[in-house]
Amino acid sequence: MKVPQTLNRTESEIIAAVLAGEIQLYHDLIRPYERSVYVMALSYMKNEADAEDVAQEAFVRAFLKLSSFRAESKFSTWLISITINEARTRLRRQALVRMEPLDQLPDEDKGISPALLRDWREIPSEAVEREEVRVLIQRAVEQLPEIYRQVFLLRDVEELTIIETAEALNISIPSVKVRLHRARMMLQKQLAPQLRTVNRTSKRRWLPWS
Amino acid sequence: MVIDCKHVWNYISEYLDGTLPEETRDTVQKHLDHCEICSAILDSTRNVIILTADDRVFELPVGFSERLHARIDLEFMRIEP
Repeated sequence: MKVPQTLNRTESEIIAAVLAGEIQLYHDLIRPYERSVYVMALSYMKNEADAEDVAQEAFVRAFLKLSSFRAESKFSTWLISITINEARTRLRRQALVRMEPLDQLPDEDKGISPALLRDWREIPSEAVEREEVRVLIQRAVEQLPEIYRQVFLLRDVEELTIIETAEALNISIPSVKVRLHRARMMLQKQLAPQLRTVNRTSKRRWLPWS
Repeated sequence: MVIDCKHVWNYISEYLDGTLPEETRDTVQKHLDHCEICSAILDSTRNVIILTADDRVFELPVGFSERLHARIDLEFMRIEP
């Protein structure tokens, strides 16, 4: 059995050890961040194979430039910014999509109107076990403008704090709040009617007498 | 202070995060107490966030981890053959 060499070591101690030559520890260092790097890559590349490629590339790149990592930022947010760079470079190279300028704020002056509903019946978490529901949600997130999607994924999906999100994206805290608000309202507008319909049809399927 | 629905919508995100100043929060709360549309918007927004954040929505592809660490080992071999 492999001895857990990382036991009781802090992240910065592990980073120092990797830099001092214990490179195998890099495997343990990145394990907690595999998912967040992949999810961020997926939101750019929009297909699993490319997202996996970008994620691998980002982890390799992070290893190669680990000595430039500064302890004042968090390793996780540093990784995320490398991932975003990698994804953007790849997209530019592939010219698959026209890049959106980073400072673009669609509908900047207007608030986003939510989907108007008179009542809302809670959709339970088990709903995401159904593929059609997962696909609806994934598509809605992928369709968000880039600047909103980044903030939403970091804050609501990866549960970074507002400060960490601001740091990872190199934007201000008020920008994080505004973008997060818009992202959430756009998702509500898109998903609330769709999810309600899907939920209703599924009930009919399960309870033919209702 | 009384505010209309459109103003309340601007506060939904911060209301959910609990980061509104107390006074604003009270005003929003009063509106929500009697406005079924804004309450439904709030509930559905919260619900949408919870569903989207569910780990099962964005799952790692099968074998992702194994392939990643194999790739990293490959990179290590390149440095220290």
